[in-house]
Amino acid sequence: MIRMLRAIGRWGLSRLRAAGRAGLFLFGLLPALAYPFWRIRLLLKQVYNTGTLSLPIILTAGLFVGMVLGLQGYNVLVDYNSEEAVGTMTALSLLRELGPVVTALLFVGRAGSALTAEIGLMRSTEQLSALEMMAVDPVRFIFAPRFVAVVLVVPLLALIFTALGILGGYLVAVGWLGVDDGAFWSQMTAHVDWQDDVVNGVIKSVVFAVWVAVVALFQGEEAPPTSEGVSYATTRTVVQGSLGVLALDFVLTALMFN
Amino acid sequence: MDKQAKIELGVGVLVVLAAAALFMLAMKVSNFAAVAQDRPTYTLKAHFDNIGGLKVRAPVKLSGVVIGRVSSIGIDRSNYRALVTMKIDRAYELPTDTSASILTSGLLGDQYIGLEPGGDDEMLADGDEIELTQSALVLEDLIGQFLVKMSDSKGDDK
Repeated sequence: MIRMLRAIGRWGLSRLRAAGRAGLFLFGLLPALAYPFWRIRLLLKQVYNTGTLSLPIILTAGLFVGMVLGLQGYNVLVDYNSEEAVGTMTALSLLRELGPVVTALLFVGRAGSALTAEIGLMRSTEQLSALEMMAVDPVRFIFAPRFVAVVLVVPLLALIFTALGILGGYLVAVGWLGVDDGAFWSQMTAHVDWQDDVVNGVIKSVVFAVWVAVVALFQGEEAPPTSEGVSYATTRTVVQGSLGVLALDFVLTALMFN
Repeated sequence: MDKQAKIELGVGVLVVLAAAALFMLAMKVSNFAAVAQDRPTYTLKAHFDNIGGLKVRAPVKLSGVVIGRVSSIGIDRSNYRALVTMKIDRAYELPTDTSASILTSGLLGDQYIGLEPGGDDEMLADGDEIELTQSALVLEDLIGQFLVKMSDSKGDDK
């Protein structure tokens, strides 16, 4: 009994310490964040690795999510003779929720895990120590470009995801199910607000990006220098990244749309 | 193509796609185009007995054409009636005996203010009030009236 309590206490304390270390890690990162803009090549390489290489999965997922939304929305709305509203429904659900959230989830799986594995391996093969030996600050040289790249790239990917999803919904609703073309777009413009829906969606995805970047980089930094340790750290990045995105989404939705 | 050129090309593709997506969301999907070209407006007020489900930013229509938006809804403390202020496009001048009524677009649609211009020579100026107003139709009241009429007519038959 006592032993169990002790184990719970130890577990809680170690979680708390990890949270503290993550906070310190983010704090240490902040002063270096301007640096990648001076060394633009480092930044470009990370934007390419995390962003451009994520494009195929984002494009396909966006298109299919939009098509499914169009199909499901049509099936419900046709009963009320208001199938033109399918455009509004698709656009609003993509802009407010699905665009930012699904993009962030896909990004964690596609790029977040890779970042963790990369940094974990750098640590286990002592490349980070080697950089320090050469008087190159790994925070500025390794962590800051990756952090800035993720924060820049995720909102861009979310925008692309959303736009393509709406096009997917358009293809299904107008091209296949015969919803009126003009009504589809004009209803959408009438109900979608630039400030409330588009800008808030982008703010959401910036918040998700910061979370994903901190989790991925911190787990890589924390990973025990063994192959098993790196694999656990990668798993933790995906799990904590995804759950955090969903939890943050709830908080942000409650703040923004109430 | 060397590695750096490939990276630059890839990042360029990403940025161009994102810009295209943003442009589409702004122009085609949201009301950004309408918000951006803010045309000069003037303010009109109107008292209503009941505004039903009217909301701020609801359209103000003249013969079905949107000429303005509701800018605020409140209660006039002096007579406890609803006070609706709306911003009307300066291009449209309205006679002083214009009447305003709260209408519904379709059976389940949003509510809007419909204006019916009168024949007066004088025009409404900034800050003026529309005197002739008609409240929103409240379904419960309507059913109530209907029931009263039905029972009345039954009484006549006997």
